[in-house]
Amino acid sequence: MKRFVLRRLGYAVLTLILLSLTIFLFVRVTGDPTVLLVEPGASRADIEALRQDLGLDRSLVVQYVGFVKDVIRGDFGRSFYYRTPVLELYLSRLPNSLLLAAAAMAFSLLIGIPSGIIAAVRVNGWWDSAGKIFALLGLSMPSFWVGLLLILFFSVYLGWLPSSGSGTVWHVLMPAFALGWYFAAAHMRLTRSSMLEVLGSEYVKLARLKGLPEALVISKHAFKNALIPVMTLAGINLVLMVNVAIVVETVFAWPGIGRLIYEGISFRDFPVVQATVLMNGSMVVIVSLMVDILYAVVDPRIRYER
Amino acid sequence: MTDAPLLELDKLSTHFVTARGTRVVKAVDEVSLSLRAGETLGVVGESGSGKTTLALSIMRLLPTAARIVGGGLRFAGEDLLAKSPSEMRHIRGKRIAMILQDPMASLNPLFTVGDQVAEPVRVHEHTGRRSARDRARSLLKAVKIPAPEQRLREYPHQMSGGMRQRIVGAIAMACEPRVLIADEPTTSLDVTIQAQYLKLLRDLQREHGLALIFITHNLGIVARMCDSVAVMYAGRVIEAGPVRTIFNAPVHPYTQALIESIPRLGGGPSRLTAIDGQPPDLASLPAGCSFQPRCPRALDRCREEAPGITTVAPGHTARCWLAAK
Repeated sequence: MKRFVLRRLGYAVLTLILLSLTIFLFVRVTGDPTVLLVEPGASRADIEALRQDLGLDRSLVVQYVGFVKDVIRGDFGRSFYYRTPVLELYLSRLPNSLLLAAAAMAFSLLIGIPSGIIAAVRVNGWWDSAGKIFALLGLSMPSFWVGLLLILFFSVYLGWLPSSGSGTVWHVLMPAFALGWYFAAAHMRLTRSSMLEVLGSEYVKLARLKGLPEALVISKHAFKNALIPVMTLAGINLVLMVNVAIVVETVFAWPGIGRLIYEGISFRDFPVVQATVLMNGSMVVIVSLMVDILYAVVDPRIRYER
Repeated sequence: MTDAPLLELDKLSTHFVTARGTRVVKAVDEVSLSLRAGETLGVVGESGSGKTTLALSIMRLLPTAARIVGGGLRFAGEDLLAKSPSEMRHIRGKRIAMILQDPMASLNPLFTVGDQVAEPVRVHEHTGRRSARDRARSLLKAVKIPAPEQRLREYPHQMSGGMRQRIVGAIAMACEPRVLIADEPTTSLDVTIQAQYLKLLRDLQREHGLALIFITHNLGIVARMCDSVAVMYAGRVIEAGPVRTIFNAPVHPYTQALIESIPRLGGGPSRLTAIDGQPPDLASLPAGCSFQPRCPRALDRCREEAPGITTVAPGHTARCWLAAK
């Protein structure tokens, strides 16, 4: 188990190094940020002074090495635009993003897993058909549209929920629903297909041959096995939620990381983009590492693999 | 041992109906069998001849598309077809147990062997965790698993195929059933492990006075293990009787061909004999006798009318016009 964790850690570090190099190079393809930062009519000397000030006059190699060294020390640089440390900006937005993602995830699992199980147990029945329609709607309705419909109904028509901003539980509900909607459908579909596969397995047949009550066959022998792929998907989706929340965050004016990235890209704010992408990337890496380890805890076959 | 059969099938029929209800597959067609305590019945036949469906019909654990459409099924004087699902559940695994074909797939990978062996005991006898575990240990000992205490804590993937199949055997024996159905339990094991497993089954049978139904396509095993044998073809039992009679004086051309196709040692170089043609599609059986297109001795009558059951000798029956003469 120890060896397993160490090896996975090694892969994680390698992934992050590659990610930092990629984002460092790609963000520089977007153009020269100084053009957007100086006042119109600034002299060539002023621009050059700003470039030096921001450290953009150095060679790429020197810049990259400096960037990595700083990151290792925990310094992600200062925003070109806000002139404050990027980490501060990031950390001030992070709780909002995590709150939104967690609420959306809870919603998607609470809807997705039970409905997936029911659809599989009553395959081709009424519940299954209803589930299929739900999955189709979930996967084909874009989240911004769901968001707008929600605002229209709950804010404009009923006047129950605030249409934008953050601060109370009521503010989270609609963005979480709009963001979780798509994932609920994805989780339902995977739970259903995974349950169906497991329900057809020989060990479920043997469990029935033992005379176990059907509820125990499903909850113990089938569900635990079917949960494995769903767990992986949910882990990856949680991170994906932080990343795809850009749209939902814009619709509901939710002050999360999605909006920070959007701003960073439009202002060519290199440190902001580099730092947020690297942080989000680390989140992906850490979560998949956690999923791997959780996997090993649930499934003994992985634990003992060399 | 009394004379009353423990398990009795009377013209039991199980059909599969396709989704639109247009095609009916007669997987088990009017099968009559009987089995006494302590007896071993071999059920032989090619793949797709309905052996497994027959076993699952007895357990009343058929796939949703299959249904028992007629006939009788009695166990220890009780009518199994009249039992409710929950009554059947109390019989399954407790009084009638079954061993599945694939030992690699029939254990749940996520639970320890101890948990899985103790499960039927805990469910059927409502014993506590501790005594169920003690029982599991003695069951592993009974199926000759070395270091049972340690094995109880291990997971299925840590064991070999032969050992896993022993564990499946231990699970089947957990509540001391009266009937054990073994569906090709040795097909995926290598020959030496096979022999050990068969010996184990025979020992268990002798100790507990089990009635054993042994499903196989291996006639050699039937000859060694069974008291009587039923030969299945296209969902029907085409010949049944005591092992000695069936092997020495088979009546049905299909049984004769099966026995001729057993390779023999010491007979000098000779070609393996095979039965010409393919087993029929159960959804569109030929007219008359279903073996007739492959039968070397088919009569005109065979093409028109399916033969009924003929008693050749006491305890020996066949479905063949040749036997009826």
